[in-house]
Order: sequence, then C-alpha cells, then structure tokens
Amino acid sequence: MSRETVVNLILAVLLLAVPLLANAVGQPFYITLATRIAILALAATGLNLALGLGGLVSFGHAAFFGIGGYAAGILATHGFSGDPLIFGLSGTNLMPVIWLVAAVTAGLAGLAIGAISLRTSGVYFIMITLAFAQMVYYFAVSWPAYGGEDGLSILVRNQFPGVNSMRPLSFFLICYVVLLVSIGLFALIRASRFGSALQAARQNPVRVATVGIRPFRIRLTAFAISAMMTGLAGALFADLNRFVSPSMLSWHMSGELIVLIILGGTGRLFGPLAGAALYVIIEYALGGITERWQFFLGLILLGVVLFARGGLLGFVTGKARHG
Amino acid sequence: MVEPVLEITNLVKSFGALRATDGVTLDLRPGEIHALIGPNGAGKSTLIHQICGTVRQDSGTIHFAGQDIGSLGVAERAQRGLGRTFQVSSLAHEFSALRNVMLAVQARQGSSFRFFKPALLDRSLTDPAMAVLDRVGLAERARIPAYELSHGERRQLEIAIALALGSKAFLLDEPMAGMGPDGSKTLTGFLDRLRQEAPILLVEHDMDAVFALADRISVLVYGRIIATGGVEDIRRDPAVRSAYLGDHD
Repeated sequence: MSRETVVNLILAVLLLAVPLLANAVGQPFYITLATRIAILALAATGLNLALGLGGLVSFGHAAFFGIGGYAAGILATHGFSGDPLIFGLSGTNLMPVIWLVAAVTAGLAGLAIGAISLRTSGVYFIMITLAFAQMVYYFAVSWPAYGGEDGLSILVRNQFPGVNSMRPLSFFLICYVVLLVSIGLFALIRASRFGSALQAARQNPVRVATVGIRPFRIRLTAFAISAMMTGLAGALFADLNRFVSPSMLSWHMSGELIVLIILGGTGRLFGPLAGAALYVIIEYALGGITERWQFFLGLILLGVVLFARGGLLGFVTGKARHG
Repeated sequence: MVEPVLEITNLVKSFGALRATDGVTLDLRPGEIHALIGPNGAGKSTLIHQICGTVRQDSGTIHFAGQDIGSLGVAERAQRGLGRTFQVSSLAHEFSALRNVMLAVQARQGSSFRFFKPALLDRSLTDPAMAVLDRVGLAERARIPAYELSHGERRQLEIAIALALGSKAFLLDEPMAGMGPDGSKTLTGFLDRLRQEAPILLVEHDMDAVFALADRISVLVYGRIIATGGVEDIRRDPAVRSAYLGDHD
C-alpha cells in the first residue's frame, strides 16, 4: 500500500469515527460539523474533476452547488404544500429523486456554461465562469417565487427510504456514503481512458489534438460530470441546513471550493476531503476565538501555496506519480 | 504513376506583407522519404503548421489519402492518419512513456469516452503500446514519466506515438535536432526502415542525414520551392548551392 493510500484510509476512518463518537457521548454538534465536512468535500470532489484532472479553473462552481440546493428546496416546498411544480408534476421529499433532479439540472447547466466558457482558456475562462455564476446568483436574488434574497426554508428534512434522516447521525451516514461513492467514481474516471485524455489535455492540449482527440469534447464532458457532483452536494447541503439561499450561489462559495482543493491537494483523490476537514476545523477552532479567522486561513493558504504545492496530502505523502 | 499520399497544391499564406508560403506545390509518394530543407526563416515551420492544421492557408489545397483536408482541424487530420512529431518535443509530460503511447492507441480505437475501466489494466491498450515502445527501443523506459526521459528518448517517444496512431504518412519536424552523433546514426537507421510503413516528409537541418535518407529533396527559400529532385540533382543545382548549401561548404 502506498503512503497516500494509508493517509486516505485514515482520513476516511476519522471522518466516520468522529460522529460515531460524538453520537455516543451525546454531542450532536460535532456530527453536524462532520456532515458539513463530508458535503463540502463532495462539492470539491466534483470541482476537483474539472480543476484537478482537467486543469479547468472554474470560478463558477457555486452555480452548480446552488442549483442543486434550489432543486432540493423547490422540490421539497412543492412536496410539502402539494402545489404542482410544472407540467402538473408534484414536488417530492424523497432524497433519491431530489438528488437525481439536482444532479441532472446542475449537469445541464454545466453543459450550457461549459459549451461557451471552454472556448476560452486561462484568465478568460476563470472570468467567464464567474460571470455565469453571478448571473445565476442575481437571478435567484430577484426571483420572488422562491424567497428571493431571503432564501427558502425546507420545513422538514427530506426523507431517505428506510432511514430516519432527521437523526443527525443517520443524515451524516447518508452524506458519508454518497461522498465515498463519489470519490470512488472520481478514482475510476481518473484511471479510465477518458481520464487519460482529460489529464493529457491539461498537460498538453496540442499533444491530445495531434493524436486525433479533440480536447474540447473531453473537457466539456468532464465539466458536466463535475457540475453534477457539485450539484448533488448542493442538494445535501440544503438538507443539512434545511435552508437554501442565494449565498450558496455567490462567488465566495466558488472561491471556497477552490481553496478547499488547493488546501487538500489538487487532483488528489482525498484532497478535497483533507481540504474540507482542515477548512471546517479552522473555521470552528479559530472562529470561536476571533471573528477574523479568515485572516489565519489566508496565512495557511499562503503557506500551502508557497511551501507545499501538493497541498496537505502532497505535504504528507510526497509527489503524485502517474503510472 | 502512383497516387501521392499527400499532395499540396499552390499553397499560399501571408502574414501581413510577408508571404511565408508563396505558391508551394509538393507531394509525398508511397514508400519515400521526401526531405524539405531550407535556410532559417524559409517558411518550413509555417508550411508544417498548414499541413497539420494549426495554421489555415490563405489559398491552395491540401489533399491527404485522397481527401481534401484543407479545412479540417488538427484532430480530424490526425484521425485520418497524419502523424507528426514536433521540433520541440510535445508530450504529456507527467505521464509515463507508456501512457503517452496508450493515448495514441485509444485515439486510434476511437474510444476516449470510456469512464470506468482502468486504462493501465486494459490489455487492448497496453499491449499495442508496449509493442510500439519495443520497436523504437524504449520498452525498458516504459514506466518513466516523459519529463524524466532524455532529449533523445523523447524524440523516440514522439515517433512511437506517431507509429501507434497507424499513421498513413509521417511528418517529422527536425527529428535529429539536439541528438548526439550516435543518436543521429541510430535514428537514421530507424527512419530508413520506417519508410516501408508509411512515407515520410522530413524537415531536417542535418544534411548528412538528409543525403543519406532522402529519395527526393525539395528546397524551400523565402516561401518558394526553388528545386525538387533526387539527392544528386539537388547537390548539383546552382540555385540551391548559392541559396543554401553554399553556406555550409
């Protein structure tokens, strides 16, 4: 087993152990904290596909996170009130259905945004993805039907068949399983033919085109899959807070997701989890001491960028190797 | 007469007032090595770019394997069997030699949209890739990342990639550049055999290699072909001597 595999296993076990322990000693707050880590890690795993593997620095992934959140919020609201949504279809409070809708909606948005944004690169790509996300943000702010600026409350957390999702530990376990499945999916994609083409397109797009593969199609597909995962995380985030607001769509959120990946290790399998854990722990530990905890986060980020390019995982396990 | 594999007719490309390619007509026939020589700034690179599709010609046509490819993109031309190497090595530098070649194998199979099967465990990718690496003498270096390979090995790897594509023609842009005398000799021997597989358009500054390998030579000066012919014709051609070879005597 490589050192990275060991570290990954430890991370996965720790993330499971802390809430179990917290549940045993009756400290549900820590379960919520762990759930937050799992959901942010899931969102960042989605972004990691585009950013880490494809080198596509999207500064607009909050759009997909928020779209997933609103999908959950809107479906739940209609499910609760019984008002039909569109085409006479009703809402629902079933998580699997909500997840599907959230992922598909975010994926379609990813296709549309990617189809235009991926014609640019570098700084222009960063800016155009930001612009699209801001468009979605202002749309949500000015859409009174679903709360506008005030956001939308989910009165009762959505249901998962056979599980009492109102129990913090049960909801954590749902998120934990979804995260692990998604990380597994990420690993499969990274090792696949598609993943080869995607990573090669990051390293050298001319090389990819010269063997007869069009980088655009590869990147667009990756961007859409990435959006789906982040959208799914958004749906879970909405259920965690039982609240959706435009802040999920704001550029701060996009930036946060990028920070998580850089903290943890770009392109690493468990980089997003390591980053999310570090981020949430710093937020909790320093947030209790000072309101200006983000200053210290900035310092840490600076340290990582200057001295540990591979992020936390790179620092612990050394340079990544491709077979 | 045998149908040429690659046929360029009256190709013109201007950058502002500069006619980098000025009515170039050139063909590449099955089984031959056609060398393209010329002094620096003669427009060799611009011509290569137009053949590969990275630069679009102003006028003129490019036919390849019986099809007009003049308006196709880089990837489409590669899919039709145009294999090229670069003047400065262009590889997926983090990937091993093997994965670089595997990328060409999967491109040839038209199967880049498979998401779940690990590529490195896929014999239908690794076997052909290893076979090609073996042919260019890189089998033992298969697992080394491209950025750790020596200059000469990278050049071999580029040729391996073009081979793995099953190219119908090779476009080699200064393959000898930066190679030591031994490396040049080995590569010359290799290219000599390679022409059996597919014809080669060879852009090269190393005159020993060109004279040893070429069936025909075209001389490009200021965007125009001033002479095309066999090795001896070109050696004797007074216009070529004054424009180009004279500098080297």
